[in-house]
Amino acid sequence: MRKPVEQIEAATILFAGDSGDGSQTIGTQMTETTALIGNDVATLPDYPAEIRAPAGSTAGVSGFQLHFSSEQIHTPGDLCDVLVAMNPAALKVHLHKLKPNGILIVNTDNFARRNLRLAGYEEDPLESDALTKYQVFGVELTRLTRKALETTDLTTSEIDRCKNFFALGMILWLYNRPMEYTMKWIKAKYAKRPQYIEPNILALRAGNTYCDMTEQFAVSYDVKPAPFEPGTYRNIEGNMATVLGLIAASHQSGLPLVYGSYPITPASDILHGLAKYRNFGVITMQMEDEIAAVGVAIGAAFSGALGVTGSSGPGLALKAEAINLAMIAELPIVVCNIQRAGPSTGMPTKTEQSDLLQMFYGRNGESPIPIVASSRPFDCFEAVYEACRIAVKYRTPVIFLSDLYIAMGAEPWKIPELSELPEIKPNFTTSAGPSDEFEPYLRDPETLARPWAKPGTPGLEHRIGGLEKSDVTGHVSYDPENHEKMVEIRAEKVARIANDIPPTEVFGAQAGEILLLGWGGTFGALRTTAENYVAEGLPIGHVHLRHLNPFPNDLGDILKRFKKILIPELNSGQLLQLIRATYLIDAIGFNKVQGQPFHVFELHAKIDEILKKIEHL
Amino acid sequence: MKRKRTSRIPVSAPTLTRNDFKSDQDVRWCPSCGDYSILAQTQRTLPELGIPKENIVFISGIGCSSRFPYYMNTYGFHTIHGRAPTIASGVKMANPDLSVWVITGDGDALSIGGNHFIHLMRRNFDINVLLFNNRIYGLTKGQYSPTSERGQKMYQSTPLRSLDTPFNPISLALASGATFVARSVDIHSDHLRPMLKAAFEHKGTSFIEIYQNCHIFNDDTFELQREKEYKTDHTVLLEHGEPLVFGAEHDKGIRLNGFQPEVVDLTDGEHTVYDLIVHDQHAEDTTLANFLAGMSDTPDMPHPMGIFRSVQHPCYENLMTNQIRTATEQMGEGDLDALLHDGETWTVS
Repeated sequence: MRKPVEQIEAATILFAGDSGDGSQTIGTQMTETTALIGNDVATLPDYPAEIRAPAGSTAGVSGFQLHFSSEQIHTPGDLCDVLVAMNPAALKVHLHKLKPNGILIVNTDNFARRNLRLAGYEEDPLESDALTKYQVFGVELTRLTRKALETTDLTTSEIDRCKNFFALGMILWLYNRPMEYTMKWIKAKYAKRPQYIEPNILALRAGNTYCDMTEQFAVSYDVKPAPFEPGTYRNIEGNMATVLGLIAASHQSGLPLVYGSYPITPASDILHGLAKYRNFGVITMQMEDEIAAVGVAIGAAFSGALGVTGSSGPGLALKAEAINLAMIAELPIVVCNIQRAGPSTGMPTKTEQSDLLQMFYGRNGESPIPIVASSRPFDCFEAVYEACRIAVKYRTPVIFLSDLYIAMGAEPWKIPELSELPEIKPNFTTSAGPSDEFEPYLRDPETLARPWAKPGTPGLEHRIGGLEKSDVTGHVSYDPENHEKMVEIRAEKVARIANDIPPTEVFGAQAGEILLLGWGGTFGALRTTAENYVAEGLPIGHVHLRHLNPFPNDLGDILKRFKKILIPELNSGQLLQLIRATYLIDAIGFNKVQGQPFHVFELHAKIDEILKKIEHL
Repeated sequence: MKRKRTSRIPVSAPTLTRNDFKSDQDVRWCPSCGDYSILAQTQRTLPELGIPKENIVFISGIGCSSRFPYYMNTYGFHTIHGRAPTIASGVKMANPDLSVWVITGDGDALSIGGNHFIHLMRRNFDINVLLFNNRIYGLTKGQYSPTSERGQKMYQSTPLRSLDTPFNPISLALASGATFVARSVDIHSDHLRPMLKAAFEHKGTSFIEIYQNCHIFNDDTFELQREKEYKTDHTVLLEHGEPLVFGAEHDKGIRLNGFQPEVVDLTDGEHTVYDLIVHDQHAEDTTLANFLAGMSDTPDMPHPMGIFRSVQHPCYENLMTNQIRTATEQMGEGDLDALLHDGETWTVS
């Protein structure tokens, strides 16, 4: 008899285990399947910095959270409906994220005294009353996987590595998802080691059948497809969207892409991603250090290519001097900063948005540089493309900000039509012009951009550098008035970009009590929060800035339309300082610096507090 | 064996002269600085290379020598301290047809830019690196540099004498896998010009250490190797296939005694040229080149001048271009729309 199926709107699942347990793999597979059957989905991988921390320790726990829904969603969810804990350490680290009465699936085979001790449990939580407020499903995952695979040729340790698919099989059953996509993936993944195909599929099926056959699981759930705009979709992670955005900018502009990089978490996947596409003419150069990485981007730009470098905060600190060179030389490069928790080495595998002021001010002298931030995984495509557009049009380095949360997170993306992509025209200078003497700093009167003359062009031989230069001619100059003028021109050039960006979209109330003002990877939490208040009819708006330097021209007017401006940030109040200084308004900060994204409930609490104060005024 | 790069010569290459390579900027090095001579020899050599000047790019870091690009009427980029190799790598990679020259000094290349220097050498881009070695920081007014001799001189930053052991730039370049390594002297124009030409003709990274005099802060540091009256006894010219003979009367030579090069007297009746080291600049193995490089660190040994090593290895930019070609052959030319739709997709109507 078929077990009953309950319709629900959304679910959040967290897979957790040792970093070698394959939680990221099955999390990604669950995400792929869920996206392909039409749910909206958002993910949050959470893994340790150590490649293999001591097995069974809390330091080595790797988690993967996914949230899927029959409605549009913007976050990987606050608390979870299901926690799959492959060992006691995973339980210890993640139990607080499970909702009351949530489903807890544990691999009881891993709850021996040694594992408990490694995780810091004095007594077995499965035998105490610590878990009474959850629906606990103890499953002998290791033993059942071994039994299911006993006829295969694999060794016991190889069999044990398949048990994550047993767990995935269970979850696919629990949420009525097909196994076919995962099977297809397993076949592709192990095409060169076919001995692993059948065992992994067997484990997957065994987990699925186990739920169906045992009385332990009485009911399963179904989440109907979400409404999406018509179009073709794929699932995409932020860093992959950045890769595609860069290739698209190179392709549409006709400029070869030269990407210089040095390995660093969480930016390395951009290097890995781009390195695969030599057939697009993409040149990736893994350099000796962060400075060399930005150096090749600058050199490539001088040669007439699209020079790009990518890193995270510590790398950006090293690149600062070179970025300043590109600024004063007025060469187009794009610098990607995939932020992580700082300062210094900080917490390399945790998210934060604390490099904003570093990007604004972290260079000597007056050094204005445009900054563009992506707000969600798929937005990295458009945002980095926009960074390239601005760089090329205005002959300036542009900083593209992403962060670990959106770089590693994934969600469905409506694939754009190429014809929708904005134009990027290099407009190389090919002749000296009327005066017959090439003037490398003679500017476009509208954009103030200077000419871009590639070496190899006859008659345009010229010298540039980091020394202050005369207006128009570009010759070295120590003239006091000229220096001030050049400082002003470089600032004005960046300020004018504000005339070249679309009007700011205000979600929800267009005027009223509170405006939620955000930037970067907090988009999902802020938008979900705003949606909740708007649904209740409260006058709350949400603006999420893509352009952080310069700010949009209409931002000042929008800020005036609300009683309170609330700026939630995963830092100590960096946009807050900039907004207060720029607009002289008493904006309120809401700050979290824990290496973790905002929960929607945290934002609700803060907003409720402000609303209460407004009422009492 | 020198290879001409015929591909770079345009069909109707204009005849250029030294004056074509002079920019409109006043040269502002101190009077009698060795840099003037290097600039002049470079401007005299470039017209002989048969390439249009718009294809030439000079890239420098920071320091006295790094002002060089401003004085050349070619493309030029005066960058930041120590980083010229990285920017030159980007320039060359983005356009392999350019003739790229890095102008650097002992502080720029070996101290702040030491890391980039060794990596540039091993990557073997077809780039020419001219290191003006004056064993001093000139532009910042006389601090000791990574090639300053230990304890021998007073420098501003080390009133009690420097403690650092100097780098030998030739040894460092060889150890980093450089495929062309040479040494010359600023005012030895008849030697420097052929070295510049050989560096250009070498396919791969060419490194020339140029002994250069800083008249203001470290005058005569290379007096024995530079001045006419001393140089014959204190330098030995490296010529491929020839024994290492030197001295005003060609009366001295270098032979290997175990692992140690030593000077022998060719007039003492005991030694002949057949005892001497015969130079082989094309040896793949760097043992001989390393012996020769070490001579300038050894008191009373003449400093070798000329090409220590010149071997053919693949250039980075060609390897990259090959990867692009192969990938394009195998995967087809990049189709952006197909790339965006790569992997599992679904359609909502």
